[in-house]
Amino acid sequence: MPHVLSSSPVCPLPLLSFENVEVVYGQARERRKALDRVSFAIEAGETLALVGESGSGKSTLAKAAIGLVPISSGTIRLDGVDLAQRHRSVRALRSRMQMVFQDSGSALNPLQTIQRILETPLKIRGVPRPERLARIAEALEQVNLPTSILTRYPHALSGGQKQRVGIARVLLLKPEILVLDEPVSSLDISMQAQVLNLLADLQDRHRFAYLFISHDMRSVNFLSDRVAVLYLGRIVELADRAALQANPLHPYTRLLFESIPGQGRRHIELPSTEASGTETANTGCRFHKRCPLVTSLCREIEPNLHVTGHDHFVACHHAQTEQVASARVSRRAVNDLRAI
Amino acid sequence: MSRLIADIRGLSVHFGEHLIVDGIDFSIQENEILALVGESGCGKSTVALSLLRLLPDKGCTVAGKVLLGGRDILTVPENELNDLRGSAVSIIFQDPSTALNPVWSIGSQIVETLRRHRNISAKAARRQAIDLLDLVAIPDPHRRIDDFPHQFSGGMRQRVMIAMAISCNPRLLVADEPTTALDVTTQAQVLELLDKLRRDLSMSILLITHDLSLVADWADRVVVMYGGQICESAPTRSLFSAPFHPYTQCLLASIPPLSGGPTHRTGRLFEGPSAGVVTASAAGCRYAARCDRAEASCLSAKPAIFSVGAGSHLAACPVVKPSVSLAATVI
Repeated sequence: MPHVLSSSPVCPLPLLSFENVEVVYGQARERRKALDRVSFAIEAGETLALVGESGSGKSTLAKAAIGLVPISSGTIRLDGVDLAQRHRSVRALRSRMQMVFQDSGSALNPLQTIQRILETPLKIRGVPRPERLARIAEALEQVNLPTSILTRYPHALSGGQKQRVGIARVLLLKPEILVLDEPVSSLDISMQAQVLNLLADLQDRHRFAYLFISHDMRSVNFLSDRVAVLYLGRIVELADRAALQANPLHPYTRLLFESIPGQGRRHIELPSTEASGTETANTGCRFHKRCPLVTSLCREIEPNLHVTGHDHFVACHHAQTEQVASARVSRRAVNDLRAI
Repeated sequence: MSRLIADIRGLSVHFGEHLIVDGIDFSIQENEILALVGESGCGKSTVALSLLRLLPDKGCTVAGKVLLGGRDILTVPENELNDLRGSAVSIIFQDPSTALNPVWSIGSQIVETLRRHRNISAKAARRQAIDLLDLVAIPDPHRRIDDFPHQFSGGMRQRVMIAMAISCNPRLLVADEPTTALDVTTQAQVLELLDKLRRDLSMSILLITHDLSLVADWADRVVVMYGGQICESAPTRSLFSAPFHPYTQCLLASIPPLSGGPTHRTGRLFEGPSAGVVTASAAGCRYAARCDRAEASCLSAKPAIFSVGAGSHLAACPVVKPSVSLAATVI
């Protein structure tokens, strides 16, 4: 991989880096690569958005980052330290990376009060009681929740409040990287805005790095600096957000953009086949069965992620030919969107 | 004016003490896609279930009329009910994986529906099931008909649900958040399919959703609900270009732009007035507790719905003047 890191001036000293990370689920004939040679880096204060369909490996990547699934090969480094080492110092290092879960309803224990839920991570770290209470009060203030909710149970809170409790729980441990797994997708649109604004404010204040997993391009537009597009376990495109929006190079990225509703009623011709998680093409590019630009080269040789422009990486044999011309069309389509 | 397919008059639903749907009126024309939008808890799914009389008898009181082809589904005798369901109206649900029986093959579930409603042999029903799968663009339907739900992807399961729902040529298809559980690429395909079927089979669709960008693309008309009441109803174009009700304006302004607009480095997204404690006063406008333009009169009387523009643009807000609402349009 190393070219992704070495040629990327944005990340002189990455806070978190993935180097050729692979995750394999299942055994023997059922083996399936959920992540395949994934490489990227995030620096402090930056948001990298991960987009892709279900089955693309977004959540696996998040779990691999915080150590909930073991990686089969490759290296994940936090501040330069390999997280695979089993050492006490590595465990302490891990607390600098925390995860906010998708469904705030099921991420909070329904039988515990909010106070108990928030105290647990501090107890585990051995924080004495007076300090625990002070830190909880501070975290609640940061997410704009009153301390009166401490005595309540999760079911008594709204979806937006529950998600803010989830964020407060993560803030208690003073992390530097937050892994946000679809943090707003289960919320109503007005609540989404509140939570996204809160995340932006927290990032401003604490210089958090965000690994922001989402399938909603509208929240990605707001919260991200760079975007990585994942397809069946591989990064197929990685670029600055604005560059990706203006000039999506991979046919899959363009398909994703074109599928977003609210761009005017259009009868676009979409490939009829759907991605199916279990059915990876055996050889060649994994997108070739759905790709409108497929050639015999694509069926035989898998394209590597390569640089095409300033910080713009793409894994497609044809990304530099007809793609660029037609990319203008989608730029116009994106502008049309402002009409609604 | 085209024919009325469904006419909902004064529909109210109580769950125990709670008033979930508060006397709403709307109608669905032949061959149109009518969108019913609102946030979670506004009563839109309850409306969907009432249209098929699927709400439980116990603990649930339904009042008003749901006229389908002239007959009130809320009062027809039990034996006629199942004939109305299927041919006059049918429904697809949000999550296709829980709506299909996991231990029955796809084919047997479609055949069961067909044979319940039509007097046909098992063999003919199977042939028809294959045709239906073909119609909803399942590749290789001869082979896939004996597969089980877990062998299908989410989008294909929703296609199977659609095949079952249209098997008896309903005049009205109620689609309750049909694509919420699906990926954005699959979502586009499923909506494309629904729209094609609507044209080919000339049915009407009631699209229930919280996603206004879907509405902008696919609906002919929109009904906006808040707290069990209708606050605005308009042709799609008119609603998006000149939203009248403060709640509709807030909903439209909360759609983040797909490009441009504020980013986390440059600004903040529009949040709208925060949800106040919704007062239990059933008398007034339900949105008053959150509305930044509410007046004392809003709390005391339920606002009447009245015409605010051309082309049957209706709204229920006596406070906002049309000129004000146009000036306040945020996007």
